[in-house]
Amino acid sequence: MSRGENTRKRIRELLGYTDDGFLREDEVIRTEGLTKCFGDFTAVDHISFSVNKGEIFGFLGANGAGKTTAMKMLCGLSKPTDGRAVVAGYDLHFNSDVKRLKKVIGYMSQKFSLYEDLSVWENIRLFGGIYGMKDRDIAEKTDELLLRLGLTEQRDRMVRDLPLGWKQKLAFSVAIFHEPRIVFLDEPTGGVDPATRRGFWEMIYDAAERGITVFVTTHYMDEAEYCNRVSIMVDGRIEALDSPAALKQRYGASGMDEVFRMLAGRAKREE
Amino acid sequence: MILKYLIEKEFKQMARDPFILFIVIALPVLVMLVFPWATTMEIKNVNVAVVDNDRSDLSRLLTEKIASTEYFDITGVFMRSDEALEQVEFGDADIILEVPYGFEQDLLSEGGSSLLIEANAVNGTKASLGTSYLDVIVLDFTEEVNLERGAVTLTAPGGIAVDSYYWFNPTMDYKIPMIPALIMLVVALITGFLPAMNIVGEKEAGTIEQINVTPVPKITFIVGKLIPYWVIGVIVLSVGMVVAWLLYGLRPEGSVLLLYGLSLLFIFGLSGLGLIISNYSGTMQQAMFMIFFIIIVFILMSGIFTPVSSMPEWARAISMFDPFTYFAQIMSMIYLKGSTFTDILPYVYPLLAFFVVIIGWAVLSYRKRG
Repeated sequence: MSRGENTRKRIRELLGYTDDGFLREDEVIRTEGLTKCFGDFTAVDHISFSVNKGEIFGFLGANGAGKTTAMKMLCGLSKPTDGRAVVAGYDLHFNSDVKRLKKVIGYMSQKFSLYEDLSVWENIRLFGGIYGMKDRDIAEKTDELLLRLGLTEQRDRMVRDLPLGWKQKLAFSVAIFHEPRIVFLDEPTGGVDPATRRGFWEMIYDAAERGITVFVTTHYMDEAEYCNRVSIMVDGRIEALDSPAALKQRYGASGMDEVFRMLAGRAKREE
Repeated sequence: MILKYLIEKEFKQMARDPFILFIVIALPVLVMLVFPWATTMEIKNVNVAVVDNDRSDLSRLLTEKIASTEYFDITGVFMRSDEALEQVEFGDADIILEVPYGFEQDLLSEGGSSLLIEANAVNGTKASLGTSYLDVIVLDFTEEVNLERGAVTLTAPGGIAVDSYYWFNPTMDYKIPMIPALIMLVVALITGFLPAMNIVGEKEAGTIEQINVTPVPKITFIVGKLIPYWVIGVIVLSVGMVVAWLLYGLRPEGSVLLLYGLSLLFIFGLSGLGLIISNYSGTMQQAMFMIFFIIIVFILMSGIFTPVSSMPEWARAISMFDPFTYFAQIMSMIYLKGSTFTDILPYVYPLLAFFVVIIGWAVLSYRKRG
């Protein structure tokens, strides 16, 4: 153990955080009382849950329920107001942990956020480089990826000229290009047709098979059915968390759609 | 080497933006082409309305002498002063010269007379410079008359003739001293405005979030943003210098290398300032107004257009914190006086302090966890 590592451990102990096995053996995310306030408004209200290694975890909720805010904390984009969360072994309370965490996660935002004025391969190269990959590895993997996506002929095209469905596939591929342990997807399939969405979910399954844990928010209840487990957020709290089959049984519903409507109907918060 | 990828990306984006290419070449050329003529302190074509109460040969001679210079145009010779005043009111005349009755008589018998010069002080520079030019001409005229009369000169104070020599600008060409300052201005405008638009642009596009979720260190990100503007600043500086040489034959008297070296410090500082504004702004519009405001203040407080020494105490205190004050000084010292590094050292320290503070601030104000 390096000296810096030791110091970090000391500080944690002094603050009352010990490597106490908070994160269980087969878990990759665990939160307890995780909270985010903006002034008087509590966007995320003491949520506690865990995500298992290699699972596809659906994070559902109506608009304004606090999904994106919760996800941004888990990615290290914003600092929790209260509570504890450990992601991939890193405690979100510590900035030094967040720095390390960022190396092992991928993120695809709700808003398309690759560079529109860079070409397909330039975007891949940029993010590969930022994650510390070598030029040769990037080039090799890029060719492989473009072939798999069927985008080889589009490699020099500006990203702004791609259709939305392709943009999303590209954004997802870039998010997992550096082989992260967890990938966070914030409404990745907004605004595209069902066929394209199905194609996208095939990519998600591929990633999960390679051992990447997938944490995904969505609006589409058919997509919720594809997840191993889902949580449903209402007004900043997690109201239910289980496998789709178990949830349907518990609420006596025929589909996730119905479950969602029953739970989300309790919301008091305005959109 | 994350930095390599970031810089590569910035350059690719710049190269694809025709506006940036245009501004980097065209703006310095345009500024050097037009501004030296516009910012000249020289006064020409001052309109003079003459009120001639004397109607004598000498008064007519004086009017002709004034008209023959390149500085003055006579708009008319009037009988009454209110007619001349009307000319000023309509903006046709800048100065009224009133020749009293008995002017010729007094001049010939006593060797002197009094004249009234009134100036429209709405344009202060024109009024004060025009009046003093006119003074000189009138004095000159009196002397000529007295010489012809064979009398001793009484008009010139104490009979002492003053010869002036203008160091570092022997021909007193008013365009020359402005040029180094104008080169600085165009460099400052471009390397201040472009970065101010940059990070906030990424915020608007949403790309900043994708960057913030990566492990890229803050300092690397900011330096990756700064270096491209540093290159742009050097291009703008070079274009400005070449145009100054081709158009006005002005080359730095001192070391070009020194000039470039210190410019880098200045450019880095200004781009850093742009990035700070960008970090704090939510929209391009906000960033735009903010940098605009700051640069205007910097220009006005720097003493480029008005001497700092004639500002009130509090304004001088502000100008002490203005990087333009120091860099304008450095530019003209190297350009016109050929000053060496030791000469300009007192101006280098404040510039260095500006650079350190700004870069530190730029890194700290970039909000990113980890």
